Amino acid sequence: MRFSGLRVLAEALTGHKGWAPLWRNPDPKPAYDYVIIGGGGHGLATAYYLARTFRQARISVLEKGWLGSGNVGRNTTIIRSNYLLPGNQPFYEFSMKLWEGLEQELNFNAMVSQRGVLNLCHSDAQRDAFRRRGNAMRMSGADAELLDVSAVRKMAPFLNFDNARFPIKGGLLQRRGGTARHDGVAWGYARGADMAGVDLIQNCEVTGFFIEKGRVRGVETSRGYISAGKVGVAVAGNTSRVMGMAGLRMPIESHALQAFVTEGLKPVIPGVITFGAGHFYISQSDKGGLVFGGDIEGYASYAQRGNLPVMEDVVEGGMALMPMLGRARLLRAWGGVVDMSMDGSPIIDRTPIEGLYLNGGWCYGGFKATPASGYAFAHLLANDSPHPTARAFRLDRFERGYMIDEKGAGAAPHLH
Amino acid sequence: MLIPHPLLGPRDAQEFTYLGDAKLLDRPDGMAPGAAEAFFEYLYLRDNRAGVHEELWFHEQGDRAILLVTRDTTTHEILGAVLARDAVLSRTGDGT
Repeated sequence: MRFSGLRVLAEALTGHKGWAPLWRNPDPKPAYDYVIIGGGGHGLATAYYLARTFRQARISVLEKGWLGSGNVGRNTTIIRSNYLLPGNQPFYEFSMKLWEGLEQELNFNAMVSQRGVLNLCHSDAQRDAFRRRGNAMRMSGADAELLDVSAVRKMAPFLNFDNARFPIKGGLLQRRGGTARHDGVAWGYARGADMAGVDLIQNCEVTGFFIEKGRVRGVETSRGYISAGKVGVAVAGNTSRVMGMAGLRMPIESHALQAFVTEGLKPVIPGVITFGAGHFYISQSDKGGLVFGGDIEGYASYAQRGNLPVMEDVVEGGMALMPMLGRARLLRAWGGVVDMSMDGSPIIDRTPIEGLYLNGGWCYGGFKATPASGYAFAHLLANDSPHPTARAFRLDRFERGYMIDEKGAGAAPHLH
Repeated sequence: MLIPHPLLGPRDAQEFTYLGDAKLLDRPDGMAPGAAEAFFEYLYLRDNRAGVHEELWFHEQGDRAILLVTRDTTTHEILGAVLARDAVLSRTGDGT
């Protein structure tokens, strides 16, 4: 079933009787060539690209809950490619390019909106750092513009420019950045994977691996044993728990990250705006709600919720940056469990167990990476070699001393 | 979250800095054979358990003691706290 304007018109005239579910709901088969564990954005994207681009094979995605029930539906929907380090930036720019063609490719409205991402700076030193980052972005083929105060003022006149402690000195703008409808991304990939013949199996929790002579042969699940040629794990937030079943310890700590949305308002915020003096980022959804977030909770957690002190800290950051926020009423707050890796960067790699592959460690930046993560993981699963943009995301980089530490915080997961 | 400080009574977790898994107390011997491997595991690998977790909280804005806190990572319920120093001493049985 293809979506088109004509189709919408035709359905409108015939009482909307022709719409079908976006994907089948099959029972697991006894064996697959590829089993992807995790039916979130990354797992579904992996299955889609594996089936569409790399291999005609028997592929399944195993999801313990319903599709897209984890972090793909819990983030603040921001897409951007504004990293600094050479191990990261080309990968995220590859992701941005995939975002730009995503809706045409999937024939699905993921509401990708390139409304711009503006990082504000508040000191001369920070402006220098932004100039450097902007240059790194442009070297990777991304776009970046350094704005002075008057340009920022024109874009967002409501900001607190003359804050005594953190005056706004300018900003780094990526016009191609923006937002996407997070659930739509999961649904689009799920539908695309299903149409390519992938079995999306819901309510199917993996409870163990069958490993023989150092090679994975299959997975035990709540719906029976499934034998597998290769197994890809894409369960960020729970990576340590799942890999623990294979006897592997991970360079990861799970933390909770909160996000917030206000009641719906008329359009006030033009794009995504981030505060450079605290940790606060905000955008406005197409429904009107102001969507914002800040720091992780800072202690190990699997609770999918945060506590009030971080909420207070985030809202304080927001009030310092845009005092008009004080007039908005908070509608909802929620939390997700994120894989905080030891250097703040992700892992897409083989593991010491043959046939078992890992995609995880996304910290709080996994959503924007969804297309490239799926593409690179599918590339790895199909070819046993890393995608050119994801070569640095090795599992053994900590042991070898090749960290990708954007923040320079060291092995302190709560600080990344 | 309130952390029951053994010396100061219940204190707001906001006064503390989280240091991570209590296994960080077991610092490997840098002069022993295989120290590089041991330090890699010590520094970078975590059990990251869902459920009851022993972890270190530094009372940075308090008496600057490091506490060994037992907490459930699935509910945030705090089950107990002792001075990390006492925990180490009782384990080694060594007063030095």
